[in-house]
Amino acid sequence: MQTFDLSVQPLRELNQALHEIGDGSNETSFEVLNPRGSHAVAVGIDAPVDVDVRGSVGYYCAGMNSEATVTVHGNAGPGVAENMMSGTVIIKGDASQYAGATGHGGLLVIEGNASSRCGISMKGIDIVVKGDIGHMSAFMAQAGNLVVLGNAGDALGDSLYEATLFVRGSVKSLGADCIAKDMRPEHIELLSGLLEKAGVNDVKAEEFTRYGSARQLYNFDIDNADAY
Amino acid sequence: MCGIVGLFLKDKTLEPELGRLLSEMLVTMTGRGPDSAGIAIYTHGTDDLGKITVQSQDPNTDFAALDADLSEALGTEVDVKVKSTHAVISLPENMVSEARATVQELRPGITVMSAGSKVEIFKEVGLPKDVAARFDIAQMAGSHGIGHTRMATESAVTTNGAHPFSTGPDQCLVHNGSLSNHNNLRRELIRAGQTFETENDSEVAAAYLSHKLDRGSSLGEALESGLSDLDGFYTFVVGTQSGFGVVRDPIACKPAVMAETDRYVAFGSEYCALADLPGIETARIWEPEPATVYFWEH
Repeated sequence: MQTFDLSVQPLRELNQALHEIGDGSNETSFEVLNPRGSHAVAVGIDAPVDVDVRGSVGYYCAGMNSEATVTVHGNAGPGVAENMMSGTVIIKGDASQYAGATGHGGLLVIEGNASSRCGISMKGIDIVVKGDIGHMSAFMAQAGNLVVLGNAGDALGDSLYEATLFVRGSVKSLGADCIAKDMRPEHIELLSGLLEKAGVNDVKAEEFTRYGSARQLYNFDIDNADAY
Repeated sequence: MCGIVGLFLKDKTLEPELGRLLSEMLVTMTGRGPDSAGIAIYTHGTDDLGKITVQSQDPNTDFAALDADLSEALGTEVDVKVKSTHAVISLPENMVSEARATVQELRPGITVMSAGSKVEIFKEVGLPKDVAARFDIAQMAGSHGIGHTRMATESAVTTNGAHPFSTGPDQCLVHNGSLSNHNNLRRELIRAGQTFETENDSEVAAAYLSHKLDRGSSLGEALESGLSDLDGFYTFVVGTQSGFGVVRDPIACKPAVMAETDRYVAFGSEYCALADLPGIETARIWEPEPATVYFWEH
């Protein structure tokens, strides 16, 4: 295992080492000490390695991640796992705004709360938040699944495309074109699988409400032709 | 951008370290705004003494014999402590408003940064580390303070355009964001008797809160009414003689993180501003909710 202590080593050394991991490398495990709110920790990894960050991070941690498993043993600042492609990012504490924004794939688990705009414009990522999420979450979310064990803030799923949202607690308000939908057997199966992947064993899929797009906003309607 | 910090001490044994802690917090925010920086510190004043912090572009001329001239004009004892481009004038508390006018008559080149009984404000163009060193902020003791490092968007990079802004006795404000209705609000506040030193949008927010406090609102009530009257992006941290408040606009794009322990309440634009505070490992850390007023009082 390689250890990087950010109180004495520059951040670029860490990220450069992570970017240089070649195919079949024996380096599979990294530990990052004293991040103290640094920005862009462990961004752009493109290898199946484990990175454990011991402390809280600033902006954009684990952005663009492919294949790696990045665990933050602390809180994460804005834009954690932004544009993630694959792999897993686990935040043991809370995450700030726009967690998992524009993510294409992989799994983001936030064990605490996420604040506003969680999963904004998500494009295939799965996000599981064990606490609550803030306002404008899943705004214009296109694909993937957002699972919230707690409550959601205002304007959930505003201008939603085809992402699926599962909320166990209350929703303060729904955004434009976002509606509650039936939980059919395939949704129970999908959600059960996501909960299992996120290591949630004490909560049943049946406890959640599914939300999705009413599909009134993003489809062209001939009756509105005069408006264009 | 812009970076803002605040520190409100609950534990009196930390008070000698306020200036050092606050300036270190502000230095970590340098990347959020390199144009100018400023700090307001609420010191423990002497009983019955008020103080006015003033600034001059030509301190050698303006501050020379200022104590004697003021003393003669006001007929009372006046002490002037010069710190680089700023000076802190101490005099009987009940003469602060008269002295404020007299200072500007005697020395037209002087700008008043703050007036009251506790607050001292130091701000200049330059990086936080240079501004903090110039005024020896690290040596200052106090009960609470706020700081700002600026990336200018709404008005010129000048000393007076730097934060904190003070528009009422012992009141000050720092702002990350931009207001969209500041011109109209400024006109309304001028009609209501507020005065302005700059074209800066943040000064309007400060004057708005001063106006509300002047009309009898508590800090909490003033911040609450600001949520409907101030339009734009903002995270504000404000100080009063005994209080410290935080509010974010309903969209809450501008970042904010807070920490609280038995010893202090701290605010930073980013977590790294808080990372060196004592006991941060076990502090309660949270992101202030949008459109929610937080304030603490001694």
